[in-house]
Amino acid sequence: MQTNRRDFIKLTGVGLGLGLANASLSAFARATKPPIGRVVVVGGGYAGATVAKYLRMWSLGAIEVIVVEVNKQFVSCPLSNLVLGGSKSINDLTFGYDALKANHGIQWVQDTVTAIDSTAKKVTMLRGELSYDRLVVAPGIDFIYNDLPMLASAEGQQQIPHAWKAGWQTVNLRKQLEAMPDGGVFVMNVPKAPYRCPPGPYERVCQVASYLKAHKPRSKIIVLDANAEIISKKGLFTKVWATLYPGIVDYRPDSAVTSVDVATKTVTTDFDKVSADVLNIIPPQRAGKIAQIANLTEKDYPWCEVDFLTYESKLVQNVHVLGDSVAAGLPKSAHMATNQAKVCANAIVQLMAGLAPDSVPVFANTCYSFVTDKSAMHVANVYRYDEAKKIMISAEGGGVSLAPSDKEGEYAASWAQNIWTDVLT
Amino acid sequence: MMGLATLLITSVASATEVFVLSASPSHMRALAASCAACHGTLGNAVVPNGGGNGVDKAKLLAGIDKTDFLTKMLAFKSGEREATVMHRHARGLNTQEIEGLATYFSAQTPRQPSALPSQVLNKNHAN
Ligand code: HEC
Repeated sequence: MQTNRRDFIKLTGVGLGLGLANASLSAFARATKPPIGRVVVVGGGYAGATVAKYLRMWSLGAIEVIVVEVNKQFVSCPLSNLVLGGSKSINDLTFGYDALKANHGIQWVQDTVTAIDSTAKKVTMLRGELSYDRLVVAPGIDFIYNDLPMLASAEGQQQIPHAWKAGWQTVNLRKQLEAMPDGGVFVMNVPKAPYRCPPGPYERVCQVASYLKAHKPRSKIIVLDANAEIISKKGLFTKVWATLYPGIVDYRPDSAVTSVDVATKTVTTDFDKVSADVLNIIPPQRAGKIAQIANLTEKDYPWCEVDFLTYESKLVQNVHVLGDSVAAGLPKSAHMATNQAKVCANAIVQLMAGLAPDSVPVFANTCYSFVTDKSAMHVANVYRYDEAKKIMISAEGGGVSLAPSDKEGEYAASWAQNIWTDVLT
Repeated sequence: MMGLATLLITSVASATEVFVLSASPSHMRALAASCAACHGTLGNAVVPNGGGNGVDKAKLLAGIDKTDFLTKMLAFKSGEREATVMHRHARGLNTQEIEGLATYFSAQTPRQPSALPSQVLNKNHAN
């Protein structure tokens, strides 16, 4: 590992410019024994931050971990629909990485990855290079603009935000909603599955409807779903819309968006043309950019196939993929991303120690959706590795709430506090 | 209580290889870590007052009495104890896994973690 150590020192030579925290430098200086290996993690979202923490924890500090993340802060997608409803602010969902770095001696580089050389085991960033023994790629999702080129630009997204990666677009969409006159029409779409957070778009419908009901009762929301039906918690959402938001939600299945006129906020589907006062288009999705750069996806399928015991890519050795970029079959949720990260961290620790990874991983997964500012409902399942099929399958006993409740709203809020603290401290 | 514990031990003793695997520390720590989203890292939840998901601070999963844990999980599994979500998780796990989790969480040290403070979103944040 001498070379790794030298590389790291080379990197720290320009360290402050790269955004390396003092805490991580001193943590490195503190390390007495040479590390048993170095893992570079690309992406500091739910999956990336979690894998970094648990690699350090479970290796008792023996594995050197460097995270490369483009943003300075973590902004939670879960609960960000509540910003649209008005019961949360984006500043309630924004966190720093300092505690995570300091508590676990994780090294941190704020930069953009531009290339990955899996033969030389090297990551190139805009302002430096890092070598790795194993690479973990957790880049989230990327949007596909082939059919909607008018929305690819920052200008297009300023007019018509996706707000599907929490941050300024979420704030922008909320402002547009606030500025909309009573009687206005909010139009949003649901992209073809698979996409990030299966119940998320339907939760958004509830949050927007809840705001309209309270503040703009003559307004309505038109939902253009590219899918043939509501694809998560269908019975529950249908009932909520009919009982809590009658006359507000106009849901249209089989309505993929084929084109958008940015200036007039008009959407075209195969059957329809709809004009909006506020328009929210969530484009179809694929594995994040780094996954594409690193050739972790096949030509005809835009998600990453992995070995579910280690999350190592089926295409590239020593490169692991986590979170929303992983091929469908598992819901693209925050809790799922952390579960994958923990199984992966566990496997890498075992492998670097010369031991076999756990051959029967099992984990619990839950997604809560808020249907008002207070009331929420869940979908929850335990997943277990199936040795014959070599995939994670849901165990018996899983399912959804009988009905949304305020009690589950409290538990969902508590889920958020606990998962944020688990991931970021 | 005794009857329950004895029953579990018997079923574990008669189990095969699978148990050896599920009882290995690396298997159990990853399964237990999936509970952290609602119950905190190593069973130390951060939200006080009935937070930490129905578990009050005095009763964190960290350091929980083993028999107490088993009784509760089996009551969720059978439906004897009403729950908003725990019946889903308890039913998806087998008895050996629940036994392993009881050992795991009872061995953790209870701490008093506080929730992570949020921040003002930075102007330069992408998206
Ligand atoms: C989605 C959130 C969630 C997840 C994941 C979760 N729990 Fe729970 N847990 C709860 C809630 C909420 C309660 C309160 C009972 C209820 O309403 O379901 C609870 C209660 C409990 C209790 C009873 C505590 C007491 O003292 O009364 C135990 C034990 C427990 N959970 C263990 C676990 C274990 C073990 C796991 C992982 C396999 C787990 N939980 C995963 C939310 C969760």
